Amino acid sequence: MEDKHLERIIYIRKIKSVLFLGIATLTALYGIVWLAWILLDVIINGIKFLNLTLFLEDPTPPGIEGGGLKHAFIGHFIITGIATLIGIPVGIGAGVFFAEYGRHSVFVKALRSITDVIVSFPSIVIGTLVYALLVKPVGHFMGISGSVALALLMIPVVAITTDEILKLVPNSLREAGFALGAYRWQVIKDISLTAAKRGILTGIILGIARISGETAPLLFTAFNNSFTTTNPLQPMASLTVTIFQYAMGPYEEWHSQAWAASLVLTFGALLFFILAKTLIHSRTRYG
Amino acid sequence: MFLKVKKKELIETSVKTSLGAFSLFVGLIFPVVTLCVLVFEALPALEKFGILKFLTGKTWDPVAEVFSALPAITGTLLITFIASIIALPVSVGIAVFISELSPRALKPVFTTAVELLGAIPSIIYGMWGLFVIAPLMAEYVEPFLQETFNSVPVIGKLFEGVPTGVDALTSSFVLSIMIIPFMSAIVKDSFEMTPTLLKEACYGLGATKWEVVKDVIIPYSLPGILGGTVLSVGRALGETMAVAFLTGNVHQIPTSLLEPLTTITVAIANEFTEADSDLYLSSLYYLALILFVLSFGLLMIARFLILERLGKKWKTNI
Amino acid sequence: MDSNSSPVKIETKNFNFFYGDFHALKDINLKVYENSITAIIGPSGCGKTTLLRSFNRMHDLYPGNRYEGEIILYPDGLNIVGKGADPIAIRMRIGMVFQKPNPFPKSIYENVAYGLKLKGIKKKSILDEKVEAALRSAALWEEVRDRLYESAYSLSGGQQQRLCIARAIAPEPEVLLFDEPTSALDPISTAKIEELVVELKKKLTIVIVTHNMQQAARVSDYTAFMYMGQLVEFGPTEKIFTKPTQQLTEDYITGRFG
Repeated sequence: MEDKHLERIIYIRKIKSVLFLGIATLTALYGIVWLAWILLDVIINGIKFLNLTLFLEDPTPPGIEGGGLKHAFIGHFIITGIATLIGIPVGIGAGVFFAEYGRHSVFVKALRSITDVIVSFPSIVIGTLVYALLVKPVGHFMGISGSVALALLMIPVVAITTDEILKLVPNSLREAGFALGAYRWQVIKDISLTAAKRGILTGIILGIARISGETAPLLFTAFNNSFTTTNPLQPMASLTVTIFQYAMGPYEEWHSQAWAASLVLTFGALLFFILAKTLIHSRTRYG
Repeated sequence: MFLKVKKKELIETSVKTSLGAFSLFVGLIFPVVTLCVLVFEALPALEKFGILKFLTGKTWDPVAEVFSALPAITGTLLITFIASIIALPVSVGIAVFISELSPRALKPVFTTAVELLGAIPSIIYGMWGLFVIAPLMAEYVEPFLQETFNSVPVIGKLFEGVPTGVDALTSSFVLSIMIIPFMSAIVKDSFEMTPTLLKEACYGLGATKWEVVKDVIIPYSLPGILGGTVLSVGRALGETMAVAFLTGNVHQIPTSLLEPLTTITVAIANEFTEADSDLYLSSLYYLALILFVLSFGLLMIARFLILERLGKKWKTNI
Repeated sequence: MDSNSSPVKIETKNFNFFYGDFHALKDINLKVYENSITAIIGPSGCGKTTLLRSFNRMHDLYPGNRYEGEIILYPDGLNIVGKGADPIAIRMRIGMVFQKPNPFPKSIYENVAYGLKLKGIKKKSILDEKVEAALRSAALWEEVRDRLYESAYSLSGGQQQRLCIARAIAPEPEVLLFDEPTSALDPISTAKIEELVVELKKKLTIVIVTHNMQQAARVSDYTAFMYMGQLVEFGPTEKIFTKPTQQLTEDYITGRFG
């Protein structure tokens, strides 16, 4: 009698388990469906308009057939490039300081925590900051102010990854260096950074992936430009701001080009991301 | 020899100083300068409208130069709230699926897929929302919702109005999709922190897999889930491009989900370069300041209150 | 020798176990007697924990594991590793205590009540009564009676392990498996747990895996010595420790390897 009762209870519990885990699977499916849909839409709509003129020609006046987004590709490349050049040394430097000098200082730990919070900062606020500091005093938009905005976004990301990677380097390695009479900067240069090379490279790539898809901080810093320019002191077009402008615009032609640009942008970002992931997984030692 | 040592000491000092300067810059100077600049730029609007009046007023009229923030704040909180409500159960479901249900060999595949989707630039979500989801919403989903809930009290009210697809509902929905990868990655990570020994203890008493998830894994990772949720809410608050096309940027407090609205980020993105008077621009800076305070506060809560304090309470030595 | 005085509770018959291609247990034939304590000893990697975890089908949780042969649970003669056996029902009959204290992130009370709730017991008065009984049996009641609703992690390591024992015995299992239960504890807590284990055999059958030979000698009635996945020798503890029949057993017990 009791056995039968217990058997029934177990049976009900098993049904419940299957039911709820089934629901979990469905929610997972729900999430995947939308996300796959986005990717498919970007591919299908983008590939139709993906051709060489897109990369090689400047845009034609609105409403007129043809033209490309050469200005935006070049601008995007320059803006992100300069941002990377500014962001990486500062980011790595701060990260090294957190991990190597600040381990036992409450103040440095607090700095590190705040940096961690800044990683998720609203990027548009940084755009308004750079506008006030670099655009308003100069009097016009500049590609380089866009780079500064992106660099400010990138620095915390790179700093935090560098710090985390360096923490994985065993202290005994450092102590071995100190025992030979090395200065701290020599230990950092020859031991910590060498051991963590790959991990830091991953951090850099993740940082680039993060900024390469940003739109908001560029809207009022680099602004936009209908022509190709390589002068970072001029307003400069970027892929993201161009997509923003074209998608909002009234012309079919613009929408098509926005899709094509989205395809390039998406796969660029994903490529960087996959590269970073592969680096992490293929790492052999401390980073 | 003496000189050499001196030189090395000099390098030591200069390396330490410059690296220290970098970390001081990112951890202190940068956020403080941001705050100062925002306050300074917002000063004209602050002086004109004060704090309470700006926060509680409903008018945003560039022509008459009267500005207040309540509609933008409400809009920001509203769509962030709805998006998080949708995203949370989905994210927990995805985390359960990846960490407990998927075959071991496929785990890295699903994990990478979710992470990749988090790496898609937000403007892509926005454009897809505008071209694909908004028309579907306007044509099928919203009329269907109206018909279904037409006669239901309270809920029916939520779906009143003209179904345009550019409204609170579509914005929240696209935003929820945008934060799912981020949220589920954090939830999954905290699930996987659950010690094997703890799960085995539960299985050892004769629990089913669902019971282990419900009674061990979820309670154990609760701080992580909460922290992850608040972190995602913080992200969603500051998200601009995913909703830039979808809110309609109308400064009003919506009475139904089918009405257009605006958020702080959308207002700034759309109006910043068009602001033709100092007071207008200053009011936008005022909005940015509010956003800064909101998200900084929220992210600090996520980090210190939830992740660290709650994390300690349930810490085990396993 | 009283080896035939009490009935057999678990019997393994030509039992083999595989982790993927690795043949971890080879032709194990072992009898566990009711209301006695059977210790399984042997050097690390000999398969003693693997054997213990076969008794409650713990290996089912991970892919690629395979059982061969039989493990019969008496009195009903159920083959634990047979196709028709339900691991969930088996784990409710055969409890387990692990090598480290692992209470759930719940209150002390909820920890002990958990297994009872799995059995479908919902009534508060019955739960209260059984939780108290289990905590008393685990010699923990006096220490926690005023703080039942505090987090289980507020207890010390030794108390946590006794809580885990209370959690395991609350649903009244027929057999209790101990997997090196004192390996993470200090000597005083260890002594308390050993005392408890001896006390518990009045109510149920106990199998204990230990790396500590003194512990096996102190608490167990029967001892199984395993080496390289094989059962080398099994018999009353006294006999194994004083006049083992196998050279290998003697070498291990006298500390010549380990």
